[in-house]
Amino acid sequence: MTGTALGAAAERREGHLKVTGGARYAAEHPLPGRAHAWPVPATVARGRVTAVDTTAALDLPGVLTVLTHENAPRLTEPGDPTLAVLQDPGVPHRGWFVALVVARTLEEARAAAGAVRVEYAVEDHDVTLTADHPEAYEPETANAGHPARREYGDPDGAVDSAPVRVDVSYRVPPLHNHPMEPHTSTAHWEGDRLVVHTSSQGGNAVRATLAALFELPEDRITVDTRHVGGGFGSKGTPRPDVVLAAMAARETGRPVTVALPRRQLAAVVGHRAPTLHRLRLGAGPDGRLTGLTHDIVTHSSRIKEFVEQAAVPARVMYATPSSRTLHRVVRLDVPSPSWMRAPGESPGMYALESAMDELATALGMDPVQLRLRNEPDREPDSGKPFSSRNLAACLREGARRFGWDRRDPRPGARTEGPLLVGTGVAAATYPVLVQPSTAEARALPDGTFTVRINATDIGTGARTVLAQVAADTLGVPLERVRTEIGDSELPSASLAGGSSGTASWGWAVHDACTRLGGLLGGLTGRLPAEGVTARADTDGRANAESPYARHAFGAHFAEVTVDTVTGEVRVRRMLGVFAAGRVLNARTARSQFIGGMVMGLGMALTEGSTMDAAFGDFTESDLASYHVPAHADVPAVEAHWIDEDDAHLNPMGSKGIGEIGNVGSAAAVGNAVHHATGVRYRELPLTPDKVLAGLTSARGG
Amino acid sequence: MHRSETTLTVNGKPHTLHLDHRRVLLDLLREDLGLTGAKKGCDHGQCGACTALVDGRRVNTCLLLAVTLDGREVTTVEGLTDGGETPHPLQRAFLDRDAFQCGYCTPGQICSAVGALAEAAAGHPSHVTDPAAPSGRPVPLDAAEIRERLSGNLCRCGAYPHIVEAVEDVS
Amino acid sequence: MKPFAYVRAGTVEEATGALAAHPGARCLGGGTNLVDLMKLGVERPDVLVDVTRLPLDTVEELPDGSLRVGATVRNSDLAAHPLVRDRYPALSQALLAGASGQLRNAATTGGNLLQRTRCPYFQDLSKPCNKREPGSGCGAREGTHRDHAVLGHSAHCVATHPSDMSVALAALGARVELLGDDGAREIPADRFHRLPGDHPERDTEIRPGELITGVLLPAATASLPSAYRKARDRASYAFALASVAAVLGTADDGTVTHVGLAFGALAHKPWRAERAEAALRGAPATADAFAHAVGLELEAARPLRDNGYKVPLARNLAVDVLTRLARTARTQEDR
Repeated sequence: MTGTALGAAAERREGHLKVTGGARYAAEHPLPGRAHAWPVPATVARGRVTAVDTTAALDLPGVLTVLTHENAPRLTEPGDPTLAVLQDPGVPHRGWFVALVVARTLEEARAAAGAVRVEYAVEDHDVTLTADHPEAYEPETANAGHPARREYGDPDGAVDSAPVRVDVSYRVPPLHNHPMEPHTSTAHWEGDRLVVHTSSQGGNAVRATLAALFELPEDRITVDTRHVGGGFGSKGTPRPDVVLAAMAARETGRPVTVALPRRQLAAVVGHRAPTLHRLRLGAGPDGRLTGLTHDIVTHSSRIKEFVEQAAVPARVMYATPSSRTLHRVVRLDVPSPSWMRAPGESPGMYALESAMDELATALGMDPVQLRLRNEPDREPDSGKPFSSRNLAACLREGARRFGWDRRDPRPGARTEGPLLVGTGVAAATYPVLVQPSTAEARALPDGTFTVRINATDIGTGARTVLAQVAADTLGVPLERVRTEIGDSELPSASLAGGSSGTASWGWAVHDACTRLGGLLGGLTGRLPAEGVTARADTDGRANAESPYARHAFGAHFAEVTVDTVTGEVRVRRMLGVFAAGRVLNARTARSQFIGGMVMGLGMALTEGSTMDAAFGDFTESDLASYHVPAHADVPAVEAHWIDEDDAHLNPMGSKGIGEIGNVGSAAAVGNAVHHATGVRYRELPLTPDKVLAGLTSARGG
Repeated sequence: MHRSETTLTVNGKPHTLHLDHRRVLLDLLREDLGLTGAKKGCDHGQCGACTALVDGRRVNTCLLLAVTLDGREVTTVEGLTDGGETPHPLQRAFLDRDAFQCGYCTPGQICSAVGALAEAAAGHPSHVTDPAAPSGRPVPLDAAEIRERLSGNLCRCGAYPHIVEAVEDVS
Repeated sequence: MKPFAYVRAGTVEEATGALAAHPGARCLGGGTNLVDLMKLGVERPDVLVDVTRLPLDTVEELPDGSLRVGATVRNSDLAAHPLVRDRYPALSQALLAGASGQLRNAATTGGNLLQRTRCPYFQDLSKPCNKREPGSGCGAREGTHRDHAVLGHSAHCVATHPSDMSVALAALGARVELLGDDGAREIPADRFHRLPGDHPERDTEIRPGELITGVLLPAATASLPSAYRKARDRASYAFALASVAAVLGTADDGTVTHVGLAFGALAHKPWRAERAEAALRGAPATADAFAHAVGLELEAARPLRDNGYKVPLARNLAVDVLTRLARTARTQEDR
């Protein structure tokens, strides 16, 4: 890694296409005879379909077919139960698809979907998560294979006997990913070959899943994911749209697009499960933790156990002689939860970092100092040494840039007319994840190079950064490197998830380019017309167990105003400093950090979904009622970083950056609201109803 | 009786189509004309990804029945490049500022910004304009004005700060 | 969406003729709510009468000093109109507090008045809703209703009216002009919308076949300070949790000579605060008097399980807006 391309603020290679409307997403491939499909969601929360009357729908103009569990192609049993669409009459939750209408046009498909008559045998349902739900149980593992429980020392005893204690509960509501491009797939069969254009974070996973479901060899399936309109975890696994599109294309003999209507997403593409947190912290008068417990209860569906690993970051963050981190889950008649940006860390660090702020208040200690006081020498839970840990540097650098030392620590002390003003801090952490991938690098006679890898660009700038990795490895100018990504015909690669993409793909690209450089060094004269090609596969190395605890860290600082008239909270400024290894593209990295922080702002202030107890669905099913932040909510947001030289990561020395901006940002905002108001709100989002109620009761009004 | 012939101009080219009355402009652009720059994010006027200009005014094309547009002029993100490869100054500014990530909201953001700049120049106030500001005169656009005026365009990647910088560059 | 016939009306007579010829036909303005609801299957008209090309797209000053706003004037144009901004700031502010730039460019004055509730149960065909399907029940009363009504709701419906503009019209004493088979008539803006009672399916007093031709803004409130304020879940592009429009006139001695006060997002209609207005007429224009009067008005509030916050929110908003208007009025006198 001796070149100059890495770290440069190179412009996105697909940028021109995206700003001129030329980038084609999954529904946008012109295919003759292409038909449109519209799913029919179940309207009961639990039960089974007893009859489907498709007569009226089939009589409507343009309708090609209506698929139901009675006539849809049979699939082999999927590993992911949410993909077993139209296979049996069971209804595990409201919104589960019970039919699919295929018609010539969108209008015809939608109209016919409304004409399908479905009858159900209804069973009683339970969709309400409570901390003391009788069916809560401790699973074997939480998401990503983390043990559900870790415990050392006597945490309860330590907390009970601590001079300073915090014992608090927080609630993070269900949250929805809502990428701007809804989950969409276009499928067509060319003889016995299946071609799909799909909006997914990983084309190889889609291909493997389709191959299994439809019993096809993988080499007869092509998956195109060239442009993907965001995912934030919800496109990390194949979703029903791609299975339905393949089915419908096979049944009708036409290309078929399934573009899920926005209102149907909440039920079928995963969501961040609600988490109920109980946190107990004990500390000495010096602020050093003596004990910590973080117990969470969350929900999952009847068909899938997904446990948001929200207690896991407490295993990483602070030195404590005793600790318990425990997950419990209740299986309810709800849609299946799944990944949403920084699953586990995002809600877990909201709770932990809010509790640390409460502890700082209880101690009368500066919250930055409290965190510095509890810096561990080794990863607290595993005892492993950190490959690098620069949380302290992030806190100090952030405090300096933010002007933290000018802060009056007293809550409720700063007013501007009817506004209360406050500032808050929180830490961030996200693990270094990396997956095996393969890549190919080719040198051509004209002096250019092509890097081929089935990476997916969901907005991260993968084409650009992988070209930078290649140029740096080969020691050639960036303009001479092309990247081909987003096509399953390319060498297989891992998915864009877990902030692992660039590390995983970049490693394979680096290795292929290193080998290519070796081949070229041994050659004399002109290259053959087809060029010279080298391949690499990082299996066995990228996924090898590391003796080090490897995590990115960061610190968030936020300033908010709270309007005492309305309870409206607005973020005035937000600043993050991150330590995430070597930053490979300053331009795209900044955008990702900022994007994560903005999503955290939404989690803190505007985003929340309500499970309707009577009907069993999320009430906020559209973008008018589920409030992702709008322009006006988002002030100047600054992201900075501290360069780390960490030899224990990958050849580029990078850590993932897609999620850490999100982690802890909601806590920083919440802590700022406490500083502004003197009121501790423990349930997100901090909407005017809650904030005003807190202000009113605090003033005895 | 459920279809009509409609003639409209899109990016300078006239089109006469025999339209299902249910067809909205967004689907006409995407399905009938192959202009997929306008995006379908919500189909209900709640995200702004479908924004284009009709007779120079920005609108949500997902809620506009195409049959109502007889004789109207539509400009989409594809039409901003002036027929050539040279991007519109706003498109250039979006590239310079890295004002997007996944790119799905981007055409709508850009068309919306084109419309918003024209509105401000024509003296249209916004929710954050000082009510005491004189009416009928161009409204200077600071960051707060741009944020308010572009709030009908959601961006889940959170590119807002860079989008505002890009629009400031051009305003 | 069901297939429908389309009639493009070029004149008011063509429009009313088409409405008379096709019972159940709906007028299409900007379509920002109607097309939305047609896509959801909530609205299923057989005939759409496109009124956007009617010659009702101007704002004109009448000899008596009132303003006549045509029914097809777009929300953005109305908000930007110099006479509206200068004389009826509450109306301009209310319009600008609603929706987005794109939606305001499409939405019309008449359409804004006729927009329907954003109650999620109303919008979901798979759930009971007495407004959409009389007799089917109300999902919101015991369901998710943080955004719902605290005033004037009935056993059958707890929905709110979503319009910002209509709240300002109610406070300003505007009138809605209608034209039907029986000729033209006017309804005070604050009586145009209805409370749900036993017939939540009827949002307004408009009669079948009637066309909204315009809105009259009275001369009486043209020179008075007025303002609109809205609280919402995000800083823009969100419906109100509560809002208030107010117009205030004071005498030299600081007593209230004229007051118009209306709340948004608290009821099935823009809620004209008549009790508060009565208490304020002749009273001193002070924060205490405002708080007392607004308190009287809100005594009628009957919050549901999860929307009690709306009462203090509305009170705070109203007192804040009235207090600021009183300050403006004093400043104007000082000049």
